[in-house]
Amino acid sequence: MKTTAPIVAALLLLAAPHARSAEPLDVVATTEDVAAIAREVGGDRVKVEAIARGYQDPHFVEAKPSFILKLHRADLLVLVGRELETAWLPPLIHQSRNASIQPGAEGYLDASLGARILEIPAGPVTRAMGDVHPLGNPHYWLDPANGRRIAQAIRDRLSRLGPEDAEYFASRYAAFDRRLAEAEKRWDALMAPYRGLEVVTYHRSWPNFAERFGLHVVGYVEPRPGIPPSPSHTLSLMREMKAKGVKILLVEPYFDLKTPNAVARETGARVVVLLPSVGGEKGVDDYLQLFDHNLGTLAAAIRETGAR
Amino acid sequence: MHDVVVRNRRFDRGAAAVRKQPATAAGLTGAVLAAVLAASEAAAAQTPPATAGPPPVAVVEQIRQELAALRDEYTRRIAALEARLAVVEVGGSPAQQPPPVPAPTAPPSTAEAAVPPGAAGAGGPSGSLPLYGAAAATSKVFNPDIAVIGDFLAAAGENGVDPTPTLEMHEAEASFQAIVDPYARADFFFAFGPEGVEIEEGFLSFPTLPAGLLGKAGKLRAAFGRVNTFHNHVLPWTDRPLVTRNLVGGEEGIGDAGISLSRLVPNPAFFLEATAEVYRGESELFQAPRRRDLTYLGRLRAYRDLTESVNLDVGGSFVHGHNDQGPGFTTRLFGIDATFRYRPLRRAIYRRLVARTELVWSRREQEEGTERAFGTYVSADYQLARRWFVGGRYDYAERAEDAALADKGGSLLLTFWPSEFSQVRAQLRRTRFAEGETATEVLFQLLFSIGAHGAHPF
Repeated sequence: MKTTAPIVAALLLLAAPHARSAEPLDVVATTEDVAAIAREVGGDRVKVEAIARGYQDPHFVEAKPSFILKLHRADLLVLVGRELETAWLPPLIHQSRNASIQPGAEGYLDASLGARILEIPAGPVTRAMGDVHPLGNPHYWLDPANGRRIAQAIRDRLSRLGPEDAEYFASRYAAFDRRLAEAEKRWDALMAPYRGLEVVTYHRSWPNFAERFGLHVVGYVEPRPGIPPSPSHTLSLMREMKAKGVKILLVEPYFDLKTPNAVARETGARVVVLLPSVGGEKGVDDYLQLFDHNLGTLAAAIRETGAR
Repeated sequence: MHDVVVRNRRFDRGAAAVRKQPATAAGLTGAVLAAVLAASEAAAAQTPPATAGPPPVAVVEQIRQELAALRDEYTRRIAALEARLAVVEVGGSPAQQPPPVPAPTAPPSTAEAAVPPGAAGAGGPSGSLPLYGAAAATSKVFNPDIAVIGDFLAAAGENGVDPTPTLEMHEAEASFQAIVDPYARADFFFAFGPEGVEIEEGFLSFPTLPAGLLGKAGKLRAAFGRVNTFHNHVLPWTDRPLVTRNLVGGEEGIGDAGISLSRLVPNPAFFLEATAEVYRGESELFQAPRRRDLTYLGRLRAYRDLTESVNLDVGGSFVHGHNDQGPGFTTRLFGIDATFRYRPLRRAIYRRLVARTELVWSRREQEEGTERAFGTYVSADYQLARRWFVGGRYDYAERAEDAALADKGGSLLLTFWPSEFSQVRAQLRRTRFAEGETATEVLFQLLFSIGAHGAHPF
């Protein structure tokens, strides 16, 4: 009897959930965009790390073992979803040896579930269409309204994981929401003169951005999503751009500029490198700066080319 | 003010969705739909702005979800109606009036609909179309991810020692992968080849074990070195290195029924993973005459990012088991592998370099005594452009039964990727066999995959 008491006490101590209130929650986000939003909401009660860099094509990330280490420690994994990460995230999660971030667990958050998703294929989908995303276009974070929805999802999940900080997360969210709303007024004013402007983009990264800021995407440098440019497609694209007088060609920073530059020379258009993600360039470190940078660059290019 | 603007914009989208409905269903259904949507819009508009309580964004969100649900339901119903219309049109001749009251025989929850007449042969779907979202379709949600990868080989040139066919459908690998329950997932890979079908791998894995363990049980490719764990379609060559053939389990490597446990070894400097495996002993390399003659394997893998673009991956492996010489005769393999990778993140889809080597020492007990043999390969692959890769490999491998016999080889490779899902490869291979013969061959490979987009191994 004498010996059992200390053993029971020791077992109870071991079994007790480790008090985490002082420790910040470990959040891993698959991209820097989701990471930036998690930082807005989580403040100093979370430690956020991103897997893909902002200047990297998020479809083609390597499943490096160093990412397994990040996931091993994570309390929460936030992913973009819509199959953006299917080529690399599942084996990382599987090998993380972390029960709390497996699909279906509390620590697994697909940020796309509450977002407004465009280009969800209505008919049958085949790979003849290129690398299509059957669940819709995954570049949805490029609409501030979706940024707000991602923030809400993160706020709700963080509050479940750390209920003692729920009020803190709610107030952080409210502040982010306010700043975003103010910024949106500014962005709308900046883009108002250019509503309906026709542009061409490299990849289908911009449907949400274009819809939100009134751009009209009339063509793509890629003949089909994920398929590199072909000469015949490039020629027909140049004809179409000349016919419509398209002066703006948007390219993501991780694509080769050879074809876009050739198209621009031929059509008199301007190649504008816009950033699909936070961290795409130095100085673009949070979600608001991403839009400030992109819209500023775009508006300047439109003015300079006389596109409108 | 701002919220009102948002709300109106959203209803514009709702109206656009109505306009997008198929023209065939325009008449009544369209009107009904519009009316319903308008009603819901009105109802939503009447919703009081919730006296500064809940955030208006949440209200908008709720309305959006309701609208989406409505739209989904009506899309489904329209599809069912269209299908029934098509059936009616086929049944009755155009001169005849359709039956005045279409008897409500089949409920709208029919799981399948006939393909509209005229669609056959036009490149459209044939047979019956599943109505997604219908009750019976929910079972499909739980179907595993299915993919099939074809590996078609062609060979030209002479090889008297180890000839391969001129043209061969070398392998069709069918994979089925899904999460089993909150505790496990299952992965099956069936290899269909000229010799028949075999389970290349088929295992259950447990990612949520305590103590940071990852467990697997089933038929596995043994974690000896790197190339032994790779399926044919992820190899950077059309063949496997000579060292695999001579020392590590013959043509297909070591694959057996067993159990695997692996764990991360915490340390501040790098990724370190320790793996322990037990196999029955039923492969080309290991054969267990008795139940207790199991095969044991241990592996340690260390990985470190040198920069964000450059990393180094090093491993050591050991395996011990009984060989084909009868009870009491064992084979031990010891291996070292190293992989260097360079992939600049900003140009990740255009440029990469993977250099790899494996060294294997074999100690095999046989009637004549203990034979010690050594084998290695060194390979490098470089991506030149988005779709083009070049590579090379050097091979040296003594034979496990007689180390005095050593085969040597060298290969040059050129690979083209039409897309992520297909690949064309040519390999110029020169092999100098121990018998004295030198074989110079050109090997071609066509790899193509259909189905679920599997993850790429690292």
